[in-house]
This record gives sequence, C-alpha cells and structure tokens, in this order.
Amino acid sequence: MINVKNLSKKYNNKTVVNNVSLNIKKGKITSFIGPNGAGKSTLLSAVSRLIKHDVGEIMIDQKEINSWKSNELSKKVAILKQSNNLNVRLTIRELVSFGRFPYSQGNLTQEDWEKVDEALSFMELHDIENQFLDELSGGQRQRAFIAMVIAQDTEYILLDEPLNNLDMKHSVQIMKVLRRLVDELGKTVILVIHDINFASFYSDYVVALKNGEIIRQGPTNEIIEQGTLKEIYDMDIPIKQIDKCKVCVYFA
Amino acid sequence: MIAMKIKYLVIALAVFSVSSIFIGVSGISLTDIFHLNEFQQQILLHSRLPRLISIIIAGASMAICGLIMQQLSRNKFVSPTTAGTMDSARLGILVSMLVFSAANPLFRAGSAFLFALLGTFLFMKILDKIKFKDAIFIPLVGIMFGNIIGSITMFFAYKNDMIQTITAWLQGDFSMILSGSYELLYISIPALFIAYLYANKFTIAGMGEDFSINLGMNHKRVVNVGLIIVAISTSVVVLTVGVIPFLGLIIPNIVSIYQGDNLRSNLPHTALLGAVFVLFCDILGRVLIYPYEIPIGLTVGVIGSGVFIYLLLRRKNYA
Repeated sequence: MINVKNLSKKYNNKTVVNNVSLNIKKGKITSFIGPNGAGKSTLLSAVSRLIKHDVGEIMIDQKEINSWKSNELSKKVAILKQSNNLNVRLTIRELVSFGRFPYSQGNLTQEDWEKVDEALSFMELHDIENQFLDELSGGQRQRAFIAMVIAQDTEYILLDEPLNNLDMKHSVQIMKVLRRLVDELGKTVILVIHDINFASFYSDYVVALKNGEIIRQGPTNEIIEQGTLKEIYDMDIPIKQIDKCKVCVYFA
Repeated sequence: MIAMKIKYLVIALAVFSVSSIFIGVSGISLTDIFHLNEFQQQILLHSRLPRLISIIIAGASMAICGLIMQQLSRNKFVSPTTAGTMDSARLGILVSMLVFSAANPLFRAGSAFLFALLGTFLFMKILDKIKFKDAIFIPLVGIMFGNIIGSITMFFAYKNDMIQTITAWLQGDFSMILSGSYELLYISIPALFIAYLYANKFTIAGMGEDFSINLGMNHKRVVNVGLIIVAISTSVVVLTVGVIPFLGLIIPNIVSIYQGDNLRSNLPHTALLGAVFVLFCDILGRVLIYPYEIPIGLTVGVIGSGVFIYLLLRRKNYA
C-alpha cells in the first residue's frame, strides 16, 4: 500500500501540493486527473522520491519513504517520466537491461537476462530489440521504456503522462499494456493522465486534483460524472454511456 | 561485427606503433632490432618507447575523458577542450609555479588536477543554470568559459614573466618526451580502469537525474567520480604533453555513430581509436617535413577540426 498523509510541497513559497492525503489500492490502476498546474506531477514525483516533500508523510508498505534505502526502493517503485527528449543512442535491449540495475549493479546474471527477455516478449519488442532508441517512433520508444520498468520488476509502476505525443493507436496500445500489467502480472499502476476518456475507460480509481488539493477521489464510476467534472474543470461536460463505458464529450 | 572492429583497431594500433618506433632522425631499422648498438639502444629506450607509450596513454585518456564528459553533461559537443578543463589545468600549473617555484612534478600535477576539477565542476554548475540546452550553444559557453580562465592565466603569466613557460603547455608536443619526463602519465591508467568499472553508471547518469534515482543510483556521486577521473587524466596529459585539441570531441562522437552510447561496450573502442588517431597524427607530423617535426597539437588540430565540421554538418541530416 502507498499511503499519503497531509502532504504539502512548496516551490519558492508557492504551494504546489497542499495537505493531500490518499491511499493507493494495490493491484489497481489509479489515474491522477485535473487541469494544468493542479499538482499531479508533483504529487507523483514526491511519491516516487524524485522530489522531497516539505510536510506530511508518504508510507510505502508501512515504511516512510525517506527511511527506505534508495536501492531497495528501486526494487519496489518504478517511475517513468516523459522521456521524449532523450537522444541517447542505446538499443532497446540495452535500455531494458538497465531495468535490472537495482538487482545487479550492471553485472547482469543469467536470471537478470531472463527477466529482460520476458519484458521484451511482454511488450512484443524482440523483433526490434537491437534498434537504437533515437531511431524509433514515439510509440515504440514509450514501449521500450515500459519494458525497462517491467524488467525492473517493481510492485508499483508510476507513469507521468505516458500518452504524451502519442497518436490514438499507440495511446490505446499503451493503456492496454498497463491494464495487462495489472490484470496479468498483479502490478499496481499509478499514472498522471490528461485525457479523461482514457482515465474513464482504463482506470479503476481516479484522483482529481485542482490547485494543489484533492477535490475528489474514488472509483472511476463515481468521479466520471457531470457534476464532479464541472467542479474539477469548470466545464459543462456531457457524459454519454456507450456499452458499459462512460464517454465525456468535452469538445464544446 | 563489433569484435571485428575491435580487431581492426588493434591491428592498426600495432602497425602504427611499430612504425612509430622506427621513424626518426637516428636510423633504427627493423633488421637492427636484434643487434642494436649502444646508441640505438639509448634512443629506443629513452626516446622512442617513451614517446610511443605517452602517445598511447594520452590519446586513450583524452578520448575517454571526452566520452565521460559528453555522457555526464548529456551533450555531444562537450569535452575537456570545450568545457574549460584544459584551461583550468593550465592555470593550476601556473599557480603551482608561482606559489611554489621549485615544486616537484607531483605537486604540480596535484595543483593542475585541483584546478581542472574545480573548473569542470564550475562549468557543470553553469550548465545546470542554463535553460537553453542547445547542442551547439553549450560548448560555446564552455569555450568562452575556458577563454576567460585562459586570459586569467595569461595575465598572471605576463605579470610574472612566465609567458614563454606557460605557452609551452598551450600546444601538445611529443618531441620533448624523454624517459624521466613522461612517467606522470601512468597515473592516468588506474583512472581509466576506474572509468571502465563505472561505465554502466555513467551511461545511466547520462539518461538524467530522474532516471538515475528511479534505478536507485546516487547520481551526484557518479557525476563526481566522473569529473575526478576527467580532471586526473586531463591534468597529467596537459602537464606532460600539452593541450591536444579536438581529440575528446571527435573520437567519442565517431564511436557513438557506429557503436551507440552504451559506455561498457564503447570504452575500449574509444580508447583504441583515440590512441590510433594520435599515433597516426604523430607519425604524419614526423614525416611531412622530415627531418623536422610538426607538433602534435597542430596536426591533431587541423585534422580534428575537419572531422568536427563534418560531424556538425552530419548532425543536421541525422538529428
């Protein structure tokens, strides 16, 4: 379990996250939604120790985040930030093998390579595993990074806007993969996402932030609702039911 | 395929090494090698071999320093010559000569190392502050930074009548290498060995701080280790041979094109290619105006700048 209690974070006296408390359920997909500047990414970065929080506590499996050894925590929690500006010439296979760094410190054992192969198969990347990252399309690159996180073999997988710059087909592909990570491998996935329809279709829980505070959280069904969305986005968003899914029509 | 290329580099190194030993004003031919007279023996042991060894160590060291700096700064055009490292080392040499006039070489090396480290560290700090991280802009900042340090060096050298001494380190030159004057370079070998042990960590550090934290790696410490290695190697090379421009810039870029950016597999290629390149330039400098010599700083500078322009132009089509 990840429990966040009364968390606050300031940048130069500007409060970005203000007194936030939440519990992340294991084995589910939780989406952070909200307008720009709501503090979603900051919250995600704090939970993954990329930034230090000022006030409050973050418990990961009953242990405060700061008392975890960084190396131990990297076997428990993986974080993937937007990675589109990377121009490092590594092959997919090399990148994925770095996912085993927390276990092997760079000297991979037979078992580590098996994990790398499993991750590559899971993401269907074996055919292109020897291609360089800077020669890939955005979708392929994102899949490569997710494969690395799979090789890292953590219980929690955190992603900051994983659909950024991806077209529809690749966005759906990535979301389906995240769903499989939860349903088939039993991972816990937490992501920051802008498109509420992707949140509506694929997540189990939704946490809505605005101005650094959580204004609503709960099962997806309860949050994707016209009154709630009005509160979050200051927009009247009609919701249509298609089969079992709710679609938010936010274009007008 | 990769193993093949390593083989070519090793063969080239061997061929050039042998030629290097037998090229020079005092004739030693291949057939003499088994019955050398005393004079030839002296030449071989005290001039030719030291020269060869120093070329190989200096070439490999500067290429690897460039590679580490490019990885840590995440910029393909950062190197000891474009980040103020070499200029800082020279300032360090001057300071050691001014403050402790009869300083022994180790003392001088220590001072050069400290200044090189501080200078490079300062440059990395400036890098952190710059928001506009353009591939060309960053090395320009580094060159300006290096020139500022260079002018401070010149100012104090001028004040103290040491211009001539300090310009001796401006241009790399292997012709003055004799046994007894180059052994400091050996300090670079353990530094390069540590670089190899840290190869994977440097690669991860090159993916950014967030990426490093995610994998549970101490980003700051790895960067510091890298900068220390760079400062050690650069300062001993500047001290014994002088400034060899462009080497740290072009060699890692050429290797990256065919080999990628995984340091563990790159390092041997970079070291070998660096050594082969300097060896080639040195031989060229020795035969072109035989029996005189063109200093290595000049030959490497001319050939290197040509390759550098090619890399810059190529970058447009490629990135």
